[in-house]
Amino acid sequence: MQHESEIREPLILGKKSYADITRDIARPIEGKASKYWYMLFTLAVIVFIWGLGCLAYTIGAGIGTWGSNNGVDWAWDITNFVWWIGIGHAGTLISAVLLLFRQKWRMAINRAAEAMTIFAVMCAAIFVTLHTGRPWLDYWLFPLPNMFGSLWINFNSPLVWDVFAVSTYFSVSLVFWYTGLVPDFAMLRDRSVKPLAKRMYGIMSFGWGGSARHWHRFEEVSLVLAGLSTPLVFSVHSIVSMDFATALLPGWHTTIFPPYFVAGAVFSGFAMVLTLMLIVRKIYNLENYITVKHVEYMNIIIIVTGSIVGVAYLTELFISWYSGVEYEQYAFLNRATGPYWWAYALMMTCNVVSPQLFWFKKLRTSLGFTFFMSIIVNIGMWFERFVIIVPTLCRTFLPSTWNMYSPTFVDIGIYTGTIGMFFVFFLLFTRYFPVIAQAELKSILKSSGQEYKEKAIHHG
Amino acid sequence: MSNTVVKAIYDDEEPLMATAKTFRDKGIAIKDVFSPFPIHGIDDLIGTPKTRLAICAFLYGLTGAGLATLMMWYMMISDWPTDIGGKPSFAYYMNVPAFIPVTFESTVLCAAHGMVITYYLRCKMLPGVRAKNPDPRTTDDKFMVVVETTEDEADNVEALLKEGGASEVYVD
Repeated sequence: MQHESEIREPLILGKKSYADITRDIARPIEGKASKYWYMLFTLAVIVFIWGLGCLAYTIGAGIGTWGSNNGVDWAWDITNFVWWIGIGHAGTLISAVLLLFRQKWRMAINRAAEAMTIFAVMCAAIFVTLHTGRPWLDYWLFPLPNMFGSLWINFNSPLVWDVFAVSTYFSVSLVFWYTGLVPDFAMLRDRSVKPLAKRMYGIMSFGWGGSARHWHRFEEVSLVLAGLSTPLVFSVHSIVSMDFATALLPGWHTTIFPPYFVAGAVFSGFAMVLTLMLIVRKIYNLENYITVKHVEYMNIIIIVTGSIVGVAYLTELFISWYSGVEYEQYAFLNRATGPYWWAYALMMTCNVVSPQLFWFKKLRTSLGFTFFMSIIVNIGMWFERFVIIVPTLCRTFLPSTWNMYSPTFVDIGIYTGTIGMFFVFFLLFTRYFPVIAQAELKSILKSSGQEYKEKAIHHG
Repeated sequence: MSNTVVKAIYDDEEPLMATAKTFRDKGIAIKDVFSPFPIHGIDDLIGTPKTRLAICAFLYGLTGAGLATLMMWYMMISDWPTDIGGKPSFAYYMNVPAFIPVTFESTVLCAAHGMVITYYLRCKMLPGVRAKNPDPRTTDDKFMVVVETTEDEADNVEALLKEGGASEVYVD
């Protein structure tokens, strides 16, 4: 058994046995859904259907239904794409990077965070497939032999790198998540009394039995997948940032983009994890597993990544001045004081100023305040991507191409629709899948459970 | 002399570990242990061979890198070289910086999927396969030791397991 210092706070509260953990994690699946669940689910379904309508309208009528125009040809589509894909990053960071660093607190949140990653990448994929204009031709993005002779896709283009990065990221995250779920499905299979549930979980658990040999391989697979996912997660948002950084547009053409995007992704992802986990712990009574300490750890990551993002904003400003390039200077002056100054101000307040409040222990251990802040950060990070895209494109080199942008109801509908879709999937996930990786959690009960820690202190 | 299988249920992993140690010292082989979570250190006690899955992953990764290199060399350099934005595609080594991202993604894709598929096949786990644990409680909070022995030895093994703290022992 691993030893853990007594001064570390317990990660599993209360007097829990292995059987209690099983029961607590299986309860939301075996019991009836609460009325909050039904309320949230209905709302999410309505928003999702509205989004589907707007999506169908876009496919039928073309992207002329969007607010994007001749100057501002990328707008909400790419803003939403980058926002969603960034949110996904926290899931992989928690499950892969924190596994490599042997952070035990990841175990209560990794399952839900990985589910969030998968659903977020699905939402992101909607925007990239749609923004091509004719999504039924999107197979052109792949290196397929085609009818124009042997004309291939251009592997020098970051847009092609993006296709490879996002599809790899999605599929690898999916198998990582599923491989971890298999032992937990087996637990549900062995407990369930309803024949249909037993059958379904039987199929999904692949016949897992928990033999020592299989656990040995399972741990090896988890470790290697974590090792592979760690550079993968950094590469994905770096490549997304290169969609901008390799363009010659002032304001986009900066070398700081890859690390700055990665930090921003982790920052916004943790905010979304907090939003979701605070809801989940409340409606499923998982307060003993997702503790205030977990929330505090996540808030510390928010301060760190938020500060990195802040430094990146300031560095960008400094470099644009220091470069002495007029266009570069104007691009940033325009962001801060141009027609979209309010978006810039919102971004600065939400992302740079407000996370600093978490330096106060009272605030970072307050659940209500954390929930509020997680929403603020999500809004701030959406505006960051908006500020990078729209104000830059509305004031490019030729004043004759200068244009203002405002979204249409279709833009808004598709965006809120993806939020609806995300919550539909997430709520279904919490009803049918174990939200906490219970097998992993059982393995830390004796080193990090409250009861065992207290015993260890008494025995000196 | 027919083979006999002795199965013992433990309520906790610590007495199980102690029993496994006794068995190792006495030279009696434990066939398998079923547990709700990975017990660290049990592999060495029951002599689980070290898995070679990581080596597989490395080889799959190399394959992925190789395939991506071949693909991009063929499409960009050999089959239809084009001059894009004043950057002609004359030779692979000249274009290689632009090929790094896709090579990396392909390496990770092949390594991860190859390894996971190998893992499932090696464990004989597929959708629809019958549950491998003899007792359904071992995915909840019970631990099971399975010992394969001869009929003569069965009583001795049973006694050792009980002594080690097993809550139930049965002989098949």
